[in-house]
Amino acid sequence: MKFLLVEDSEALAHAVSSRMRQDGHVIDHAANLADARAFVAGTEYDLILLDIMLPDGDGRAFLKQHRASDLDTPVIVLTARSQVSDRIDSLDLGADDYITKPFDHAELEARCRAVLRRTSGQAQTTIAMGGLVFDPVAGQLTVRGQDVALRNRELRLLEVFLNAPGQLFSKQKLTDRLFSFDHDVSENAIEVYVGRLRKHLEQSDLKITTFRGLGYRLDHG
Amino acid sequence: MDDVAISGSLRQRLMFGLVLGAAVLGVILFFAVRSYATQVAQRGQDGILAASAASILDAASVRGGVVDLDIPISAFTMLSTPADDKVFYAVRQDGAFLTGYRDLAGPAAGDGGQARMQSFEFQGDPVRAVTASRTLIGLQTRSAITVTLAQTQDALAVTLQQISRNAAFLGFGFFALAVALSYVAANAAIRPLERLTDSVARRGPQDLSPFEKPVPAEMGPLVGSLNSLMGRLDMSLQQSEDFIAEAAHRVRTPLATVRSYAEGMLQRVDRAENRTAVRSMVRAIDESSRAAGQLLDHAMITFRADHLESQQIDLVDLVQTQVTQLSPIADMKDLELRLHADGAVPCQGDAILIQNAVRNLIDNALKYAPAESVVDLTVTATPRPTVVVRDQGQGFPPDNLDTLALRFQRGDNAKGTIGSGLGLTIAQDVAQAHGGSLVLANQDTGGACVTLSL
Repeated sequence: MKFLLVEDSEALAHAVSSRMRQDGHVIDHAANLADARAFVAGTEYDLILLDIMLPDGDGRAFLKQHRASDLDTPVIVLTARSQVSDRIDSLDLGADDYITKPFDHAELEARCRAVLRRTSGQAQTTIAMGGLVFDPVAGQLTVRGQDVALRNRELRLLEVFLNAPGQLFSKQKLTDRLFSFDHDVSENAIEVYVGRLRKHLEQSDLKITTFRGLGYRLDHG
Repeated sequence: MDDVAISGSLRQRLMFGLVLGAAVLGVILFFAVRSYATQVAQRGQDGILAASAASILDAASVRGGVVDLDIPISAFTMLSTPADDKVFYAVRQDGAFLTGYRDLAGPAAGDGGQARMQSFEFQGDPVRAVTASRTLIGLQTRSAITVTLAQTQDALAVTLQQISRNAAFLGFGFFALAVALSYVAANAAIRPLERLTDSVARRGPQDLSPFEKPVPAEMGPLVGSLNSLMGRLDMSLQQSEDFIAEAAHRVRTPLATVRSYAEGMLQRVDRAENRTAVRSMVRAIDESSRAAGQLLDHAMITFRADHLESQQIDLVDLVQTQVTQLSPIADMKDLELRLHADGAVPCQGDAILIQNAVRNLIDNALKYAPAESVVDLTVTATPRPTVVVRDQGQGFPPDNLDTLALRFQRGDNAKGTIGSGLGLTIAQDVAQAHGGSLVLANQDTGGACVTLSL
């Protein structure tokens, strides 16, 4: 997926971008509205993450202009303002969703996924590997032509593995990616999801190998 | 109006002035009509008296140097009245008494003998008298005959009494009519003021736009000052809103940065105690930003609850929107949000407030429900528009049920979960602002059940 992040705080933009890249996305960063306009004019994006308060203007003005220019790139508004009326304002102006800063990266990811699923056309990037076809946006997994229903956490776990096959992930890392900070989660909880995912992958050529004390790895063959 | 110092009433003042004027005019009308009627009646009597005197004089003639006077009966019959007024007369020749009442002395006749009138009292009765004279010329003689006729005024008095009574009725009638008209006029004069009051009272709390409807010239300065006051208020409200938004932005943006870094750091840190520290950091950030957000929301809700902006909304539609908004978060825990409703549930209320309340309730359910369970939302219309949220979590601690909706109160089982303790307070405030209630309960099957009715 190709994202545009319009955010004036360098530090936050850096943090969000690096997480996004980790998840296998391409992300451009614009620090102000002028840059954002230039990026949008030159490149086609799957999704725009838009801050509201920017040094050279109001992000909502950009949003309005963006919608008026017939571009249907979905937009998620990042807002540090929490007044309800403000949120409604941005939705009225054509934002597809909003998220309040500071946000959980998992929530941002979930909202991106939901918006993409709602707004995307047919042309999807799918990952095909070892007898399975995976559509990360639609959340659809097909193993040897058979549709497999995945729960959200199983889906995200699969995504992590598929983005880096052959790489060893510790339980901690996987836990961080799968669970939000709302709750204390035991790292053993990840075992449940790994177990389920294994079951889904039984018919494919992929398997998840356990390295005792180290973590898990997705292997081919 | 409760805390406004009142001194007098414009309407009463206007009414009083108009009624007083009407009373004065009524009295003047009465006297004017009566005096005019008296004059007319008097003139009538005078005319008859003069004619009677003239007919007596006509009968006088000089025959052979001697004055011959035979008073015609008609001279008296023409003076007869329904009140049987008495008639007195005296005829004199060159000042010497000829016949009639000797002591009846009328006014002197005018030059050339025209009739002159006078009112005085004769034999105890008020009378109207006329004196006319004529010079009779014989062959050698020339003598002046003077006739004085007097008539009591009983008939006239009766007529005048009738006229006075009618004039009084007329005066009073005019007065009554004027009172009614002045009531109407006072109301008409006050109406623009009432209309202005009405349009001020009907305005929503957010509406600080100037009044544009034309008003009478006298109210111009008032409306002008009102508009300029509203303008200043609007600006200062705008400024404080901007300030709050700016403050939130200033606080939350760096928090967001710190949080993102901390989250990123967690990916690289392996040692258990460092991980615990970073996790605590992230949670502290979440805690404070959530509290800041809820405090702002709560302040806004307290403000709006005082000036409810009621509108027609569909509760099902509203809850559906919130479900759509929150389903990505539900997905993260593999929770299913199920909305149960039979058709639309129309109700009157402040959409922003109700949205916030519903959002808080769903948010709570999502936080406390176990992963991969179902959160049921039921919207019903009777007996009152109601939203029920049921989850399959461990429910509320029974000991805390009564206090959970209080500000900053959190359940004993909420230790491991991030929250501000304001969510249920907000929902309860919203319910109460709409005349409804928030009821917390536990289901028999376990799990919390929150009922928000409006």
